[in-house]
Amino acid sequence: MKDLIKVGMADLNIAKRPSILTTLGLGSCVGIALYDKIYKIAGLAHIMLPSSTQIKNNTNIAKFADTAIVQLIKQMEQNGASKCNMVAKLAGGAQMFSFGRTSEIMRIGERNAQASKEMLTNMSIPIIAEDTGGNHGRTIELYTEDGNLLVKTIGHGSRYI
Amino acid sequence: MAKSIEQLNSMQLDVLKEMGNIGAGNAVTALSKMLNKKVDMSVPKAQILEFKFVADLLGGADNLVIGILFDMTGDLSGSIMFILEQKYAHVLVNMLMGKEIDDITGFSEMAISALKEIGNILVGSYVSSLSTLTNLKLTPSIPDLTIDMAGAILSVPAIEFGKVGDTVLFIETEFLDDQYAVVGNFFLVPDIASYDILLRALGVMDE
Repeated sequence: MKDLIKVGMADLNIAKRPSILTTLGLGSCVGIALYDKIYKIAGLAHIMLPSSTQIKNNTNIAKFADTAIVQLIKQMEQNGASKCNMVAKLAGGAQMFSFGRTSEIMRIGERNAQASKEMLTNMSIPIIAEDTGGNHGRTIELYTEDGNLLVKTIGHGSRYI
Repeated sequence: MAKSIEQLNSMQLDVLKEMGNIGAGNAVTALSKMLNKKVDMSVPKAQILEFKFVADLLGGADNLVIGILFDMTGDLSGSIMFILEQKYAHVLVNMLMGKEIDDITGFSEMAISALKEIGNILVGSYVSSLSTLTNLKLTPSIPDLTIDMAGAILSVPAIEFGKVGDTVLFIETEFLDDQYAVVGNFFLVPDIASYDILLRALGVMDE
């Protein structure tokens, strides 16, 4: 029996083979999936905001792209993974409402995806696949067996990336 | 100073909850008038939840729900979201259009338009009661409607709350007519800067 480990909003977790990490209903949030292909250790974060430095109340490190990625790498390394084996996949960062509004609220998905990419690049982790943007929600499952990421949607199909 | 929900004292929280209750009560009265039939309301439940549990609302994070979003401008800025589970949205549409519930799979253009109108009525009266209560000028925008996973739709208000804290405040309201019950959820999301204005207007700002 393979464990299905749930990651909530503003939450992160890691798993070893053969468990599956999942996060449900990503909207403007971004799911950051890291995978050590040699040791088969995976990590998944569900971030809500791009940067911890712009927010005063930043105690929850899983909430921000920058701090969540650092923490995810740390926890994976503590469990035997190695950063140089890691690859990343991203999903989410949608714009759920289509108002022609100018406010930054509406572009938060795009900014979340952008910030995640910048942080991963800074940490020298290659981004090998992504399914970001658009205007629909996503549920993702990360398989520790092979690092496949299943992206499920309502009305936009499902696919592995 | 920006406030987060968890920094509010119990007095302030009670006032915010009560404000939500009054708003929801007015919304239901407006709905009742529009439908020209008696619509009752259960006592609204104001809840404060951590983000990781937000996804469990509304039947799970990947459950299909309808979210109607309004921008709020005037003395306060922010947004208001009204969220319904799909089955309840159908009940509401059928109440409005006076039909028996038949198709619960999809929504026609007509049904979507009806839902937006219901959203307009509910939010319009919610906002106007808020405005009366606080003596602040508030104007809701036209509605925008999205049908998708609960988690994805809830991420929109949750992210706004996320800028100031780690919890969300929302008001769950149940509407009942003689046959059906409908559970709807209001999320009032003031912008960071608007919390103080709101609390001061309600007379519970601690200086």
